[in-house]
Amino acid sequence: MFGLTYRFIKPWRRNMVTFIKTWKLNFIPPFLEPVLYLLALGFGLGGFIESVDGVPYANFIAPALVSISVMNASFFECTYTSFVRMYYLKTFDAMISTPISIEEVIAGELFWGATRSTIYATIMLPVLLIFGIIKMPSSLLIIPFAFLGGLLFSCIAMCFTALSPTIDTLNYPSFLFITPMFLFSGTFFPMDVLPLVVQYTALAILPLAHVVIISRELTLGVYSISLLASLIWILAATLIFFVISIKLMKKRLII
Amino acid sequence: MAVVLEAKNLEKRFKDFVAVNKINFKVKEGEVFGFLGPNGAGKTTTMKIIQCVSPKTSGDLKVFGLDVNEHPREIKQHMGVVPQMDNLDPDFSVIENLVQYSRYFDIPIEEAKKRANDLVNYVQLNDKKESSIDKLSGGMKRRLVLARAMINNPKLLILDEPTTGLDPQARHLIWEKLKDLSSRGITVILTTHYMEEAARLCDRIVIMDNGQILVEGTPKNLIKKYVGDHIIEAENTIEIKTCLEKNNIEYEVANESVEIYSENVPHITNLILKKCTSSSVTARPATLEDVFLKLTGRKLRE
Repeated sequence: MFGLTYRFIKPWRRNMVTFIKTWKLNFIPPFLEPVLYLLALGFGLGGFIESVDGVPYANFIAPALVSISVMNASFFECTYTSFVRMYYLKTFDAMISTPISIEEVIAGELFWGATRSTIYATIMLPVLLIFGIIKMPSSLLIIPFAFLGGLLFSCIAMCFTALSPTIDTLNYPSFLFITPMFLFSGTFFPMDVLPLVVQYTALAILPLAHVVIISRELTLGVYSISLLASLIWILAATLIFFVISIKLMKKRLII
Repeated sequence: MAVVLEAKNLEKRFKDFVAVNKINFKVKEGEVFGFLGPNGAGKTTTMKIIQCVSPKTSGDLKVFGLDVNEHPREIKQHMGVVPQMDNLDPDFSVIENLVQYSRYFDIPIEEAKKRANDLVNYVQLNDKKESSIDKLSGGMKRRLVLARAMINNPKLLILDEPTTGLDPQARHLIWEKLKDLSSRGITVILTTHYMEEAARLCDRIVIMDNGQILVEGTPKNLIKKYVGDHIIEAENTIEIKTCLEKNNIEYEVANESVEIYSENVPHITNLILKKCTSSSVTARPATLEDVFLKLTGRKLRE
């Protein structure tokens, strides 16, 4: 941890520059995804659902769509894409031959993942606003919150990347962790329909559940104590996984 | 002359395996210093410790008078690295690779652009400036990696097998550049499998095997000391071998032939031709390769 200075900005910037180079391609998913999901689920399926806890179905899933996008943007960046940079392109090796330390390279990747989540969330907001299903101005807080949420998923993803022997074994966390989380984190139906044990388990171990709770309160503009609890959960988990992911990566790369 | 790098009892272990076994060496300012050795000898591991990317297990290694474990940033700031495997950034063009890399050294952008352009010229890649990395040949990539290693005006240049896999033209260009850089006072440390390369470029070399340094010296002196001036080769047959033994001539078996290290070529050749029945005898000047094979053996390394 002691090798961490302002220099993490350099690997971060490298990724930012390449992202901007292909911005047209990169900006499609955050525009298209919410529109497709909203049409299919929000208005298609939602036609059969009157409301969830007094909230129209499209409004109910809108914050979940942002949260899922935040998760995917950083998780897949810091698993597959980071793995490619680390293992195939040897970008990390090239960087640590300069005054940049391995801690800074990894921190740069983590903050880049978080930045990507923030960009995606920022692009989605106007789309959701046009559909009239999110409240302003409280929804604007989604933008800084996406950075924190994104950082959490980056850190978790980087742990998997550090432990994954090949790029194929990264499929396990994608199927076994991301897919169930996508479905059972209070995204498309409220968690309280689940048995109590499942609810508590989900809240204990599924980061997305907490991201959804906070996002939903922000887009609906109704606040409860859950927001604070989830925020504390996310902050603590981010800090823990930030440290672990850097340690694991250092162990893998510095031999 | 000032000492740029000094290793004392430098050791690197991976669990039970000793990759570098308490080696000692010194590199002086402006020297071209070569590491030779079969695969698995510990050359690349030694390079990685010097580059401050692989921590030493024990012993001492000082670069520019600074300990590699304590001051990696200060050392890396003044070091250029050409790794064994090209690790150029495929998301950037030729010139962008250099400019991007300069950012890692905190070089101001105007200065970086100037240096990048000069270096592209220097390694003769001016026509390829805007090309993507995939479009470059192996030799061009290697030249670009060399240019990249020069972006921070290093005092010390580390090259791990700089010319492996290159065609003769590309290899000669790299040699020319390294000689030029050395003449400008830059200290160069390289590893190579090519004895000719080592003999041409290096002021001093060490030959490593099994993590240890076997010998150290100038290529010329090593040849003289371990092999002599010339080598006489004759067929590897029982008659010749018994004949040589009868005449008290020492020889080494090299697969298809026997080799005799000698200062007195006419004497030995005459003797073999007259006394031993041999269809062919050849004499040639001894090379570094003979020293290498004598010291590290002919067994294949995996």
